[in-house]
Amino acid sequence: MAGYGLRALTSALSLAALFAAGCTADTGGPGEAFAQSAPAKPAYGDVFVEPLHGNISGLIPQLTSDLYSSQVAGLIYNGLIGLDGQSKFVPELAESWTQSADCRDITFKLRRGVKWHDGQPFTAADVLFTYNAIMNPKTPTARRDDFAAIESIDAPDPQTVRVKYKQPYARAMMGWGTPILPAHLLKSYVDAGTLREAPQNWNKPVGTGPYRFEELKSGEKIVLKANPDYFEGKPYLTRFVFRIIPSQATVFLELKAGGLDSAGMMRGLTALQYARQTDYPAFKKTYEKYRYASNQYTYLGLNLKDPRFADKRVRQAFAHAINRQDLIDGVLLGLGREATGPYKPGTWVYTDAVPKFPHDVAKAKNLLAAAGWKDRNAEGLLVKDGKPFQFELLTNQGNEERKKVAEIIQASLRELGIGVEIRILEWASFLKEYVKTRKFNAVVLGWQITEDPDQYSIWHSSKTGPDDLNHVSFVNPEVDDLLEKGRTACRREDRVKHYHRIQQILAEEQAYNFLFFRDTLPVIAKRVRGVEQTPNGIHYYLNKWYVPREEQRYSAE
Amino acid sequence: MLLYVLRRVLLTVPLLIGITFVSFVVIVLAPGDPVEQMPGGDPSIESSAHAKKMLRELYGLDQPIPLQYWNWLKRIVRLDFGRSFAPDGRPVIHKIIERLPVTLLLNVIELLVIVAFAIPIGVMSATRQYSRFDKVTTVFVFVGFATPEFWLALLLMILFGIQLNWLPISGLRSMNWEYLSFWRQQVDFLTHLLLPVIVATFGGLAGLSRYMRQSMLEVVRQDYIQSARAKGLAERVVIRKHALRNALLPIVTILALSLPGLIGGSIIVESIFAIPGMGQLMWQAYFARDYPVIMGNLVIVAAVTLFANLVADISYGLVDPRIRLAGRRGR
Repeated sequence: MAGYGLRALTSALSLAALFAAGCTADTGGPGEAFAQSAPAKPAYGDVFVEPLHGNISGLIPQLTSDLYSSQVAGLIYNGLIGLDGQSKFVPELAESWTQSADCRDITFKLRRGVKWHDGQPFTAADVLFTYNAIMNPKTPTARRDDFAAIESIDAPDPQTVRVKYKQPYARAMMGWGTPILPAHLLKSYVDAGTLREAPQNWNKPVGTGPYRFEELKSGEKIVLKANPDYFEGKPYLTRFVFRIIPSQATVFLELKAGGLDSAGMMRGLTALQYARQTDYPAFKKTYEKYRYASNQYTYLGLNLKDPRFADKRVRQAFAHAINRQDLIDGVLLGLGREATGPYKPGTWVYTDAVPKFPHDVAKAKNLLAAAGWKDRNAEGLLVKDGKPFQFELLTNQGNEERKKVAEIIQASLRELGIGVEIRILEWASFLKEYVKTRKFNAVVLGWQITEDPDQYSIWHSSKTGPDDLNHVSFVNPEVDDLLEKGRTACRREDRVKHYHRIQQILAEEQAYNFLFFRDTLPVIAKRVRGVEQTPNGIHYYLNKWYVPREEQRYSAE
Repeated sequence: MLLYVLRRVLLTVPLLIGITFVSFVVIVLAPGDPVEQMPGGDPSIESSAHAKKMLRELYGLDQPIPLQYWNWLKRIVRLDFGRSFAPDGRPVIHKIIERLPVTLLLNVIELLVIVAFAIPIGVMSATRQYSRFDKVTTVFVFVGFATPEFWLALLLMILFGIQLNWLPISGLRSMNWEYLSFWRQQVDFLTHLLLPVIVATFGGLAGLSRYMRQSMLEVVRQDYIQSARAKGLAERVVIRKHALRNALLPIVTILALSLPGLIGGSIIVESIFAIPGMGQLMWQAYFARDYPVIMGNLVIVAAVTLFANLVADISYGLVDPRIRLAGRRGR
């Protein structure tokens, strides 16, 4: 799947959560816990085999941008803070923090006694170093934004870091989810501008996280081993093995043969595999299936520079004409959720209270008639000023899902008397020749949304230039204003009001025809316990996952 | 002869430069560039414009294409393949060297298996033209040509990996490989190679056995085969000693020309069986527009191809006096 996407912070994969312990473990004596039979006793040992669809491209997360690298790095490093499955900030390397009333000052108290994987102590100097490494103009990173907003940073003592922002900055906290890098190993590389070439970026990464790097066979596998000195205690699973398997068909066959413990935590099964091909007893006995809304939504984007689409009523008519539930049923076999705006249902920023456009062909026709599309030509197409309503709908090659979406839209609009011609284009030329130059009528595309709700770069009127992301050229002064307020207010209670209003305007205007959020459909081997399904996925608290002694499969030490 | 070789060697230099220049230009002109695929290309981030600019400068992509090529050429003549554009920034030559052995091994086994089967099949179907054996192999050949590799691979994986549970599905080694005895390790490795070799062989076998059949058919119609038979030689001797040797000549040429393919690696076989070889490396490099890796591989393949051509030409000269004489007369 091509990812024209907003990427989540690396720390979205974050594992550690101080409060995640408990529940199954540490209650009563060992005898009692065992007697309760149902939740088996946590035990150390065993290996978890996870597939990666592509090779990793480096293990210093600030330099990479692919999902695979950050998934592996997520087990090796910690941020000062992390995000849990409910999108709440949780302590990682910082055990606590205080934020001033105007949000411009944050003081982090660092956890004591944390050691790097090579035994060196972790201190505030490492935090300052990470800041400097990212801000160093010679470091090839794109993660500079969150730190560029910082006015000053200092460490009054080795256990404290004080940060001051130039102005209130909404993503300030989020920025500190960035993995902290070891100063004692990387300083010389950063100074020389050769961070990419550091061995820590390839086969000698050193972090503070729950797993230590053990082995890498390029293109074949990456092996991580439990860190006995981890600050939350030694993780139960002795090893994580990431096997690189490019083909999704092969992953599925390996899963059926029992060679993997997961279908890929971040990717999971396809809708077809989930709904139709895994519903037999042997599979259900070995694997547990999970389902949660992904961070990716699919939309129909109409070029608002096109006079036909500049009329809001036409966009609203499209929204009435396209049956989103049909799309979800047809394309995703029902495994998705309707999108009413650019935020995922169930998240803190989402609101359901927006104008809705239920499937209603008659209403759609009325709206079009009001916009002047009344007459029809011999082919049954709507005509205005002598021109029939016809346009080209573009999407990228290699994405079956978008192709099917385009076909269903084509059929729905034909009902209204609108002719749609679908063109499927190679990704790079699609972006270069059509999206960037704005030479398109309409596109079917998707976004991957970030943890933070700031979508300034997608909706702000200043972001309509050729290299910018507001490619439909949506311009709305109120949204501009709300976006600016949303990114400078720093408390969620304040921000949420702005984002609710933005969602209402975007829905009313049908800035995009928002279609759906697809579900992520992971499976995990049943012998692995402690897996928790959260609104954001299952890949949290991995250091608390375990296999009961009698079910352990690999005897690895 | 020495002069002839020298002249040929000198001729390959401009040829190599020409090949690399054209390839370089074509690759660089393809839509999309490496920076779009990298952290700097991450569209969510507003500093991306700055990061992109920086990366373009770092990689020299802001320079005109001829200059970029010149810089690359200056490095490559010192056998410096440069560093990959990927975030790992590793030397290209390391990336290629770690992938090459698997691909070479797989392709050499494949080639040997193909030769071992294709030649007898070809000979037999030629000597028994239109027999039942010939007809059956003809059908087999067309099936072999027509079968998509990925489809065959999936079928075999389901049959031997899941239904029968005899063979591993993908990868090169089992999870517990490190804990096996030396011999067990070798057996494990070979069982992992079995399915990929079968799949990779299937199509190639079909092709080569057809060439062999054709070449054999031509030779058995020659006069000297007639005379060998007239001499009263046993049919076995006629076929093996007189016909086969001559019929093998064009096959040897085909094999020599397939040598560069040995380092190429098959994208389909490697992807579906999760084998970390050259095919996968190149596939990823193309998608990421990782120019140094693409060019590094290309220059190696081009050099091997030219070398194989040269060897083929020289050995013609050695084997066939007519070519050598014609060369002399021509001067």
